[in-house]
Amino acid sequence: MTRYPVITAVANVLAHAPGLVRYGSKPLRDLAEDAALLPRLTERLRSYLDAVAYPPNQAYIGNRAPETLRALPRPWYQSADPVASPDGALGDLIDEPELYSLLKLSDRARLMQVDEALLARGTEGLVRRSLVSAAEMDRLAPATSEAIARVIDTGEAIPLLAGDRVVGSMTRGHEHDESLTANVLLENLVAKATGVLALRRLLRQVEPRLAAGEIEFVIAGSEEAVGDRYQRGGGNIAKAIAEGAGLEAATGFDVKSFCASTLYALFNAAALIHAGVFSRVAVVAGGSLAKLGMKYRAHVARSMPILEDVLAGIAILVERGTDADPVIRLDTLGMHTVGAGSSQQAVVEALVMAPLSKARYRLDDVDRYATEMHNPEITEPAGSGDVPTGNYRLIAALGALRGEIARDRIADFIAARGLPGYAPTQGHIASAVCYLGHALGAMRAGKMKRALFMAKGSLFLGRMTEAADGVSFIVEA
Amino acid sequence: MDLRGKRVLVIGERDGVNAPAIEACVRSAGADVLYAETLCFV
Repeated sequence: MTRYPVITAVANVLAHAPGLVRYGSKPLRDLAEDAALLPRLTERLRSYLDAVAYPPNQAYIGNRAPETLRALPRPWYQSADPVASPDGALGDLIDEPELYSLLKLSDRARLMQVDEALLARGTEGLVRRSLVSAAEMDRLAPATSEAIARVIDTGEAIPLLAGDRVVGSMTRGHEHDESLTANVLLENLVAKATGVLALRRLLRQVEPRLAAGEIEFVIAGSEEAVGDRYQRGGGNIAKAIAEGAGLEAATGFDVKSFCASTLYALFNAAALIHAGVFSRVAVVAGGSLAKLGMKYRAHVARSMPILEDVLAGIAILVERGTDADPVIRLDTLGMHTVGAGSSQQAVVEALVMAPLSKARYRLDDVDRYATEMHNPEITEPAGSGDVPTGNYRLIAALGALRGEIARDRIADFIAARGLPGYAPTQGHIASAVCYLGHALGAMRAGKMKRALFMAKGSLFLGRMTEAADGVSFIVEA
Repeated sequence: MDLRGKRVLVIGERDGVNAPAIEACVRSAGADVLYAETLCFV
């Protein structure tokens, strides 16, 4: 068989961002209508230690297998992980001062301010994690409280809070440009900085074998829309992230397809390598500010902590085929084509059955199916159900229709081949790719032969089509 | 339910039945679809 490009490293990072929850799309819209909601929201925000100890976050950063969540009593937010650590096998869970300091480091337009105390605290943490150098942080100038208050008072900037304290500000980029408002720029800067965090963490994982300058291309699959009034969403955040991670020899571009973006980016990376254009391509995705606090109303109503208080990031290194690492089976690509139809059955046929058919596998030949791994503890209180389990039921039901699974074995199939949801509702990262790091570890350890990754994108939300979208492929040891 | 002559607002769901599918059904039953939208909750 042709040796396809391989995945050699994956970094899964999280950034605790309670102060930014108010700038998530849903909280922001609600607070604009009723500012009195703010205390009810802030009293349900978690501490950093609680976010670290939250078992699904520990699973995401690689400190526990996602499968172990099944045995853990719900609610998981009351099952603190006794051996939790912010230093994960796959990546770091940084705290809010570290996040704000990373935003400051990533702000090439000098529109963000942070005060001295916060910058000192954040810098200490980032240096200790070997994610930044003291020299690059020394070049950043902190702002005085007066300077921060001044731009906020004029209405040109929005405040950045740590607890009740205003510790910084984000200023608009233009007086009249709706694509460069302070809120839009904060959203984009968050995506960039958490992408930089993931890519820098990835570099730590592959050094000393590989230096930053040896990565030739970066493809971003984030969910932001970087641009100005003449090219809203024009991009390119990939190159901005590459620059922020010191990839001097690389350039890059963005790939967009709603939540399927990152998985699309991954097969494009593999295709570019397979075609001989590049030897090493990094796929990267930063976090979505807009999705912070998306289900906060349900969490507040149930006196739960607001669980959508972390931003996620991911970076994946794809290289020319070696025998040691799992391949991206480009010959098993599942595509949801225009003519495929948008029923759930048609989507599963296109994204699961078609890749299996191409490889001449049956459902049971695949060890794990990674689908939309949204944490059900976040979605269920809002009436959105358990998304991964819903996907697995569909896959199994179709398997039963095709005679591959006995009807009374559907639950067994889900238990054996599925996974509990554990990812924060950061769509493009929750959609399958968050399991790549775990699969890579299991395949290298000889515990897994193959996994199928499938992502769906809700294109209809953009009002340009009624169609959905999706992409999938098999990764194999 | 007799949908003939009824005017219908369709709200579909990505993980359930999407709006185009509901629209096709209610149209075939004689309803007039005024609005159709599919929602995504994640």
